[in-house]
Amino acid sequence: MIAELGHLALVLAFVLALVQASLPMIGASRRDPFLMSTGSTAAIGQFVFISLAFAALIHGYVVSDFSIENVFLNSHSTKPLLYKISGAWGNHEGSLVLWVLILALFGAAVAVFGRNLPAPFKARTLAVQGIIGLGFLAFMLLTSNPFIRLDPAPLDGRGLNPILQDPGLAMHPPMLYLGYVGFSTTFSFAMAALIEGRVDATWARWARPWTLAAWISLTFGIALGSWWAYYELGWGGWWFWDPVENASFMPWLAGTALLHSAIVVEKRETLKSWTILLAILTFSLSLLGTFLVRSGVLTSVHAFATDPERGVFILALLVVAIGGSLALYSWRAPSMQGGGLFAPISRESALLLNNLLLATATATVLLGTLYPLFLDALAGPKISVGPPFFNATFVPLMVPLLVAVPIGSMLAWKRGDLRGVVARLSAAGLAAVLVAVLCSLYIDWTGTAAALGFALAAWLVAGSLNDLAFRIGLFRIGFARSLERLAGLPGSAWGVIVAHAGLGILVAGITASSAGQSERILTMKAGDETDIAGYTVRFEGVTNADGPNYEARRGTFVASLDGEVVARLHSEKRFFPVEGRPTTEAGIDTTLWRDLYFVLGDEAGPGLFTVRLYHNPLVIWIWGGTVIMGLGGFCSLVDRRFRIGVPRMAQSHAVAAGARA
Amino acid sequence: MRAIVALIIMLLAAVPSLAGVTPDEILDDPALEERARSLGRELRCLVCQNQSIDDSDADLARDLRILVRERLESGDSDQQVRDYLVARYGEFVLLKPPVQASTWLLWAGPFALLLAGAVGVGTFMRRHPVGMTEPSPLSNDERARLQQLDIDKA
Repeated sequence: MIAELGHLALVLAFVLALVQASLPMIGASRRDPFLMSTGSTAAIGQFVFISLAFAALIHGYVVSDFSIENVFLNSHSTKPLLYKISGAWGNHEGSLVLWVLILALFGAAVAVFGRNLPAPFKARTLAVQGIIGLGFLAFMLLTSNPFIRLDPAPLDGRGLNPILQDPGLAMHPPMLYLGYVGFSTTFSFAMAALIEGRVDATWARWARPWTLAAWISLTFGIALGSWWAYYELGWGGWWFWDPVENASFMPWLAGTALLHSAIVVEKRETLKSWTILLAILTFSLSLLGTFLVRSGVLTSVHAFATDPERGVFILALLVVAIGGSLALYSWRAPSMQGGGLFAPISRESALLLNNLLLATATATVLLGTLYPLFLDALAGPKISVGPPFFNATFVPLMVPLLVAVPIGSMLAWKRGDLRGVVARLSAAGLAAVLVAVLCSLYIDWTGTAAALGFALAAWLVAGSLNDLAFRIGLFRIGFARSLERLAGLPGSAWGVIVAHAGLGILVAGITASSAGQSERILTMKAGDETDIAGYTVRFEGVTNADGPNYEARRGTFVASLDGEVVARLHSEKRFFPVEGRPTTEAGIDTTLWRDLYFVLGDEAGPGLFTVRLYHNPLVIWIWGGTVIMGLGGFCSLVDRRFRIGVPRMAQSHAVAAGARA
Repeated sequence: MRAIVALIIMLLAAVPSLAGVTPDEILDDPALEERARSLGRELRCLVCQNQSIDDSDADLARDLRILVRERLESGDSDQQVRDYLVARYGEFVLLKPPVQASTWLLWAGPFALLLAGAVGVGTFMRRHPVGMTEPSPLSNDERARLQQLDIDKA
């Protein structure tokens, strides 16, 4: 019964999406206040009904209603409650419900929080949001209904892939989708602006919080996924340039470029049509990611062809959405004239360089991800494009970008003084050189590349501190006044400083963990000792440690440094009888400076176990840096100027626009 | 993100978990083993979803790891090992595709795009020229206002 109600709720949401996609658009062109206001009502209603459908699906999972095919295929009665719930979005149909739920959430948020938007603009934004919802609800109802019943109902379910039974992974998809799908709002804002033929600083201010919110969520979502891969997959890697990872990384890169170019629109009213194009591309890449992951095309073009229904549908969605928005863009964008002029050396130019490099990097990832598919589709040779390609092309694009970051963020608008900025950054430059020299001298695994990586990291972090010191006039205007300035520094300034420092920490983490990982692979029996990166590791043998829905053997390791015990680590080899699959839980001891990462492998003989020991320097900095970057975005998001100043200004602009029209 | 990979793997009822190299495969000569590892990272486990042979538990990956080590021990250069594997399994086995007719677009693409973008930016800047004259010095009024502003800000 509840499943049928869930299905009904989806149908009603579809009907409301139809209303949302049409009436407000008509209302906006006729200036009809009632028709325009239907947009908000429909958006909120759509969110309510999709929430009900989502709740119905979760209910089916929680009570283990195996008469629902989706629950039967992806759950089991003995699974812990958390994983019954997270299992709901650990599959194709369920993850689509989550996708449209978040889309509707953003639509409803625009309806509720967008009170300061001019009515026609808001109506058009919501209508575009409605059109996207319409496409995906139709996709779900026609090809991927999560509420299909089985008769007779099976006694128990098939279970969930055990490597997905993990708290990090329960959170990962919702976070990732908040980012992915969140860019739909910026996309809808861009579409509405194109329809109205007007993009200005106020537009950039309206779009800014939504873009930031999506970017922050996507940043955290990707970090969570990579952290999970690190601790769950059992060999200490954290990024694989896998097509599915790339699918989320491309919108992140494009979204980062968008954040930066939107600042230029906001401050200087130029780069308008480029920013609109980026807004379209960012969401298009999110859609493409959904297509790549959901259609099975990644495994092979031929797998796609054998079960074409879903793939063709979502490909059609993709073509309509991207093609339609680009067509609208090419029709309307030429009428948008840029305003502010700027010199080759200026903040604007620096942000343009940022965009050039980030856009090229996005295109490179796209090219590498799709190239094998293209060749395959054209009946060319089957090739693989793996990490070596991405490292060889992506890294050279990122290095100049990172070098430019501290300089660009200190250049003045319109016309900057490069020499002055470089002189102001001399402390950061000194820090970078010092770090490179010290690392080369004192860390034995530091080669030239690693030394350069650390220098870049120091340059970014010290550059941010340098920027902060300059902004508050440290050592120039007296300490008390500097403190006052520090307290008065706006959120967006903190955002830049914090996010760029986080980037530096991330670079340090990536450099250290790629260049400095030590590894020992050997067989050990209880009582054996070995050493890795200066630590002595004693294997204490294996005990049984069964869990709620799995059997496990737990190996214990004691790591000591200079005779002193620093950590006891447990690594488990688990077997899930329902799913018939093993998983590995690494034993990890994390400090600020290094991770000890020990993995118990198979039994190689009586009492003799294969073990893998890793020493990963600075690896926690990768996620620490990413989280700090996200927090930087958050600082910028809570900048009070965007909350208090906007409504007044927006209205006055709206009136002006109305008068012009 | 690996989550969804895992998911696809699950949905397609395909293959194994990660791990890779086991102790019995490791060569006694550390230099040779190091070469085997760096080769292993750029060779694809053919039956897996985008994993290198060093990361995979699949039987085929193990066979390939052993094969690579046998070739290296018999004196092959890294390139000879790659050629041998390409002859047996096709270019699909290489995670780093070789530069050739079918891949020049892939390898040249990023740099061509960067160049095209740079030209685009250059055109944009030329169409929006900025007079390079020095701004006129501040008048006394402006100077006074600036001072006032600085006092207000502090």
